Amino acid sequence: MASVNRHSTGVGFCTPGAQAEIAERPRAASGKTSDTRRITLTVNGQQHALQVAPNAVLLDVLRDELNLFGTKKGCDHGQCGACTVHVNGRSVNSCLMLACMQEGAEIVTIEGLAESAGFEQGHHPVQEAFLEHDAYQCGYCTAGQMMTASAIISDDSIDGDEASLREAMSGNICRCGAYKNILEAVQQARGKMRGGQ
Amino acid sequence: MRTFELESVEAIDQAVRHRSVHDGQAFIAGGTTLLDLVKLDVMQPEKVVDVTRLPLKRIELLDDGRLKVGALVSNTELARHDIVMRDYPVLSEALLSGASTGLRNMATTGGNVMQRTRCPYFRDPDMPCNKREPGSGCSAIDGINRNHAVLGTSDQCIATHPSDMCVGMVAAGATLVLEGPEGQREVAFEDYHLLPGNTPEREHDLKPGELITHVILDAPRGGGQHYLKLRDRASYEFALASCAAIVTLDGDSVSDVRLALGGVATRPWRATAAEEVLKGQPATQENFERAAEAAFTDAVAYSHNGYKITLGKQAIARALRDATAAARV
Repeated sequence: MASVNRHSTGVGFCTPGAQAEIAERPRAASGKTSDTRRITLTVNGQQHALQVAPNAVLLDVLRDELNLFGTKKGCDHGQCGACTVHVNGRSVNSCLMLACMQEGAEIVTIEGLAESAGFEQGHHPVQEAFLEHDAYQCGYCTAGQMMTASAIISDDSIDGDEASLREAMSGNICRCGAYKNILEAVQQARGKMRGGQ
Repeated sequence: MRTFELESVEAIDQAVRHRSVHDGQAFIAGGTTLLDLVKLDVMQPEKVVDVTRLPLKRIELLDDGRLKVGALVSNTELARHDIVMRDYPVLSEALLSGASTGLRNMATTGGNVMQRTRCPYFRDPDMPCNKREPGSGCSAIDGINRNHAVLGTSDQCIATHPSDMCVGMVAAGATLVLEGPEGQREVAFEDYHLLPGNTPEREHDLKPGELITHVILDAPRGGGQHYLKLRDRASYEFALASCAAIVTLDGDSVSDVRLALGGVATRPWRATAAEEVLKGQPATQENFERAAEAAFTDAVAYSHNGYKITLGKQAIARALRDATAAARV
């Protein structure tokens, strides 16, 4: 396989938690202005001014620039779903998106999932259901699973029967094979959120 | 990932002033094919043009009954659109059988038409591949070719076309609207993708600088419709064999039928020979199987994919059975 530059977002750093205001992040000495552009991303309700390369992938920017490590890099090719985030309310694979194309979009990661839906941090019904049902083993795919689950639960076109939920969740691979518990967690959370139980 | 220039365009004429992939420049919409292949270094655009701000996001019913779909309509939106679900169920089913929830939310109608093959040798720059590097040879013909095509192949390339949506569109009938530096033109959907022949690097009838702006679906054919997809796992997997069938009945006879195949051919495959066998004949299992035989008369099996001829025939017979049942409802 061809080598992949995992630091293609290039420049800048930030302090975790200190993201309440728009603050331009300093560029690293090696960063060439002509190769980067200034963008503003709205992530978990907060705006971030960033200087990124044109080929910067959203997943890498979330992790390397914004220190939002909850979103995971699995396959990096849209084949596993570990990188799933919400863009304008829909689940998407952040490994196949350019950061520069997301200006003006509302991006939500696992760190902001609960609060974006009006719950206390860490207490989204999907998160609670995953805990209750032990819906993971190693946990690497879990953030992606929960982001897809929360999106499909609020999607009226996706029914709540087992076959429909399994189909809608099929883009999130669990290498540990915790699918049975994941499905139960999604069903429970769906029931809570849609008043079905 | 290699670097590239990125430019965003706001108007169609601004977009088509650019040169397309043929000149090292590529349009990006959903990005699900392009960024995957740039990361693998299979596609090497020097410049990427973001077309997502173009006004191509509408689905519009035309006066003549056809349905005009903007190239930027996502696969999810198209599959779930009321008119598509009602009048083109075979297309809705095909779309929903493809990829995953997240990828369908990203992928666009135009982008799906431009999807590249999943041939592992095409996706590996270290391997010879006539499609990626003309003249370098085909690694699949004498390699691992379990997932490769049995219809429309050549001694240069046996790569399978990966799309489900395109198979549904070939069955439903459609026209592509292309906008280029020399103006607008239309191409019949089933003529757009090219057979590999001696030029497997030429995959479609898109000229330098041209952009797909719309797909116009033929007026609804009615009848019973079904998309059957057979694959290694139940979801999130490419077809080994798939069949889109539209059956119109007159009493117990098939008055009209449209059949398209996926997973077995080098392009979205209209099975016209099978259609001809069935037209005017009673809608029986025996005739479905005769039609299926006709579809694979010219099939060529390679070392690992001979099963696709059997599987493809079964896909046709089953899709015809289910489409016929739907036509009787």
